[in-house]
Amino acid sequence: MAGARPAPRWLPAAAALLWACCGSAATDGIQDQAEQFFRSGHTNNWAVLVCTSRFWFNYRHVANTLSVYRSVKRLGIPDSHIVLMLADDMACNPRNPKPATVFSHKNMELNVYGDDVEVDYRSYEVTVENFLRVLTGRIPPSTPRSKRLLSDDRSNILIYMTGHGGNGFLKFQDSEEITNVELADAFEQMWQKRRYNELLFIIDTCQGASMYERFYSPNIMALASSQVGEDSLSHQPDLGIGVHLMDRYTFYVLEFLEEIHPASQTNMNDLFQVCPRSLCVSTPGHRTDLFHRDPQNVLITDFFGSVRKVEITTQTVALDPNLVGLETRVPNDEMATEPLKYAEQLPVAQIIHQVEGAVAANWLTACTE
Amino acid sequence: MAADAAEKARGKRAALSFAAVALVLGLPLWWKTTETYRASLPYTGISALGSLRFQLTVPVAVVFAKGALPGAQWRRLPFADTQEEESLLNPKTSVTARYETTYRGATATEQAALAMATVQEADAALLPLQEDLVGALTVYVIPETSLLLPQGVGVYVGKHRSAVMRGTQGPGDVLAAISARVQQIVQAMSFTTDSITTALSDRVPMDQLGTDTRRPFKSSLGYEITFSLLNPDPKSHDVHWDIEAAVNSYVQPFLDKLGSVANFSVDSQILYYAVLGVSPRFDKASSSFILSALSLPHVINPVEARLGSSATSLYPVLNFLLYVPERVHSPLYIQDKDGAAVGTNAFHSPRWGGIMVYNIDHPAPDKAPLPLRVDVDMVRVMEVFLAQLRLLFGISQVPLPEEFLLESPGNKGLSDWELDRLLWTRTVENIATVSTTLTSLAQLLDKIGNIVIKDDVASEVYHAVASAQTAMLELASGHLGSAFQASKEAVTSSERAFFDPSLLHLLYFPDDQKFAIYIPLFLPMAVPILLSLVKILREAKQSKKEPMKTD
Repeated sequence: MAGARPAPRWLPAAAALLWACCGSAATDGIQDQAEQFFRSGHTNNWAVLVCTSRFWFNYRHVANTLSVYRSVKRLGIPDSHIVLMLADDMACNPRNPKPATVFSHKNMELNVYGDDVEVDYRSYEVTVENFLRVLTGRIPPSTPRSKRLLSDDRSNILIYMTGHGGNGFLKFQDSEEITNVELADAFEQMWQKRRYNELLFIIDTCQGASMYERFYSPNIMALASSQVGEDSLSHQPDLGIGVHLMDRYTFYVLEFLEEIHPASQTNMNDLFQVCPRSLCVSTPGHRTDLFHRDPQNVLITDFFGSVRKVEITTQTVALDPNLVGLETRVPNDEMATEPLKYAEQLPVAQIIHQVEGAVAANWLTACTE
Repeated sequence: MAADAAEKARGKRAALSFAAVALVLGLPLWWKTTETYRASLPYTGISALGSLRFQLTVPVAVVFAKGALPGAQWRRLPFADTQEEESLLNPKTSVTARYETTYRGATATEQAALAMATVQEADAALLPLQEDLVGALTVYVIPETSLLLPQGVGVYVGKHRSAVMRGTQGPGDVLAAISARVQQIVQAMSFTTDSITTALSDRVPMDQLGTDTRRPFKSSLGYEITFSLLNPDPKSHDVHWDIEAAVNSYVQPFLDKLGSVANFSVDSQILYYAVLGVSPRFDKASSSFILSALSLPHVINPVEARLGSSATSLYPVLNFLLYVPERVHSPLYIQDKDGAAVGTNAFHSPRWGGIMVYNIDHPAPDKAPLPLRVDVDMVRVMEVFLAQLRLLFGISQVPLPEEFLLESPGNKGLSDWELDRLLWTRTVENIATVSTTLTSLAQLLDKIGNIVIKDDVASEVYHAVASAQTAMLELASGHLGSAFQASKEAVTSSERAFFDPSLLHLLYFPDDQKFAIYIPLFLPMAVPILLSLVKILREAKQSKKEPMKTD
């Protein structure tokens, strides 16, 4: 007791300061680690948007798909990474009173067709076979790049399907159907070849939840507009155009997406709340058990947008321009090409000056020059 | 009566012959015509490939210069030694690193080379004396007192496949003392367990995926490299860049060195009025415009649509953009997270490419008429683009201790041993991919009996299995070059087999649909035959009973 000295007054303050610093450094470290852990590991985004019904009275399905296309493009996914399949042409349909437009809101408020729509599979090309070929990658070698899904193991893919469906199937073009087992097998084929990092599957049809019941591959999250046994209803007709313009579920999803911009931090739980029963009449469903991250940490822009990861380049390679002459190889000689010109289309002078008999023969030879 | 009996007998014979024809002729014919053609596949080979036991052999030669070893130990040379390190990654994958080391003394020519003035000259002189084997390494040990290596440097790693290290001068076992250092050098120049595990990340799921695994492109047969010059302000700047000469001088040697890895095609374009999607902030302190690190991710998307990468080939595309900022936004600098200016003024995006901002000095407005002619300094630009290209291919800097001196690869952009590192990881990755692809293909074809397996698909699968086995054998015997070629062939064949368009099955028949198809065809025919057969049997039984009764 005699040897005990009172602690200096500054000690508690210093301790508190030190603890605060360490604490904040620790939380910073934890924060960084947390960010990294919850962030998705994707480097690019793809979207496959499919409308499966044709005929003028299914206008709303094309409008559904185009509104998702529009949101996805606005949030940054380029056309080269979107595979858009529309089974019928509504914008240039002879029954469309406003040609080259597809509206999603009544009173023609929002034209989702725009002026730079790139449809990859159109009209009769939208078949179950082509859809499965796009997903699995078993495409004939002559298919152009815009019709392929060239995703890799770091791609997040958004798949949106709409049309008429039933319990366990989705109708394509009124003539064939795709079953939920086929779809689940196609996704498994994609997973085997690591053609996706994470997949978001959205379906807006009657009894849509039956389509995601059979999925068994990892990293898939699914949303549907209605449960088994329920019908998805359309939103509103436009009396000027004469058909229903959108389906309820996609209408409210579009409204939700209009608020998102590329830097938003909105997560998937908000998307699950879109279109409650009071507005949608059907009960939207979702499935997240195959997904490894918590939906709370999944950003909407992880699937709907294309936010790139970037790193600052800190190093350079040292190059010596003086060594160039010694190390370059001789470039290949270019073939000398003679300048080309169009052949004379109509050598009038020769025709006029030709007299009877020789006219026909000379005219023929002149055109084939 | 007799006519009746004869009639009945004929009826019975007719019914029996119908049944016989249906069973003997009809059933096999129906079976044969509805079966799908399935060529045979090497299922045993595929299942053998399912569990991968990699044996990676590195031939190392340790050459001692005179004076590096005391006399007693010198007399033990030359001898060979083998070291193995096994790591079991998961029940189906294991990697054994095998270092076959030969220790020998230096020959006269090597000794003369090691006596040169600088270590760079020595390296160049030693090059023709080594065997030109991809994957093999040579370590030269010089006496501790030698002046070849500069002060403070313990190891010099050349730009080919050799290193020069300083020996230890102690009285003890020099060989044992330097073996740890030799191991370190060999691992830096070939592979480590970590780098191989990263290459196998598909098979061995890793908890935390660092940027090193996400950044490089996956192994592919070809790559398309596009250089684009973005000029958003042609009214003020008339930008010229001699891209063809720059590509020929700086990029082509790098790509030629990587020629065995993949095919490359290079193109370039100039885009006018292409703006970055983000408006830069004006910073009063430095009176320049700043692009902060947070806004960089949003720069790429608006410009990507104009790059035209969708019109090119099916190979992955690497885009390198050179952006010349507008006059009103000059000079433009990039800031990193901490607010410091970035020296290179460039950033890159994993698996996409890189962007560099090129600032121009503007003289006073009245001195120079607009548009200002600008000739881009291609050397500065290519230094950055080549660095980004190396990162995107996964050729990252190996963390080495202080006393290692790394020789810069010069204009080639890539040292031989860095290429070897790439080849080790790529070969392992390729073989792992082949194994996964073929296993899943075999499972798919097994599960769905309706898929047609054509002959060319089967031959591709056979070829893939054979090439993969060759690659594993070559890896075990230390021939990295041929192992890589074999693995590349295996990957090509397996991808071609897996993605063959004929392997799409649309014949998903649930059982009730099968019944619905066959019943209307077979039931009308089968019912009368079955009924008459039953009647015949019953009559035969009755006629057997009757004679017994009357007896």
